[in-house]
Amino acid sequence: MHATHESHPGKYIAVFVGLALLTAIEVLMATGAGLAATPLILILIALAAVKAGMVALFFMHLRDDTKWFSLLFIYPLLLASLLIFWVVFPAP
Amino acid sequence: MEHGTVPTHALHLDTNTGIDNRKIGIWLFLASEVMFFSALIGAYLLTRASAEKPHDIISGAIPLISLNTFILIGSSLTMALSLAFARRDNQTRMKIALLLTIVLGSTFLFFQANEYNNLFHEGLTMSGNPHIFGSMFYLLTGFHGLHVLAGVVWNLVVWLKALRGGFGPENHAGIEYAGLYWHFVDLVWIILFTIIYLL
Repeated sequence: MHATHESHPGKYIAVFVGLALLTAIEVLMATGAGLAATPLILILIALAAVKAGMVALFFMHLRDDTKWFSLLFIYPLLLASLLIFWVVFPAP
Repeated sequence: MEHGTVPTHALHLDTNTGIDNRKIGIWLFLASEVMFFSALIGAYLLTRASAEKPHDIISGAIPLISLNTFILIGSSLTMALSLAFARRDNQTRMKIALLLTIVLGSTFLFFQANEYNNLFHEGLTMSGNPHIFGSMFYLLTGFHGLHVLAGVVWNLVVWLKALRGGFGPENHAGIEYAGLYWHFVDLVWIILFTIIYLL
């Protein structure tokens, strides 16, 4: 039997507030922070990854569900990331 | 219970592994969707390496698209809440949360269509551009929009079943599986929003 998980409305609202705040920070940084291009790109990608992780862990319940689902989700993600990296940054 | 009891057959767990087969099926589908969107994102990034992004046009879209992002994140919240309320057998709140998810998803699509209209009139088209940015932009966001549309239809079916008392504390798989898909669509947008509009 797969793991059962609690569904607390308060937890979901907290995740939503976190996602909304991170989105606001992203937009503010991208439109007016005045950071150099490379640090800004790295920070924005990191923020997007954190937000995506929050959705997967809490809204999609990967945190509490069986680890097989995490594996099923992460494996193609890693494979795709490697492929994208390989395509965008080909070996000289 | 606010509605009739859940039929016994609805509680049957169809499994070969100890995990509900339907849930495994949904996750396998989502894994294939990861590859699908990764292929599109990879193609977009490759395009960006050789074609300049029209920053002036895309930057003008950021306020409305940011609002749209908040709307989609909000719809993920209402979807998650509908499952929580189903588990608590709070039928009224469950139905309201599902309806809100449908309304927010439809609003996202409305704003996206509006934004497409604005961008098109500002010159971001799929042909005639000096670069192929427009093609990749509409391909990527268009496929995501189609996924949102499919999710809205799916949620509509789930909501109609909820109106007939089809979900409860022991029978909420329909909401959970529709929710997994919906949250995935939200997750993809979080990535697309950053990659396309902010970077």
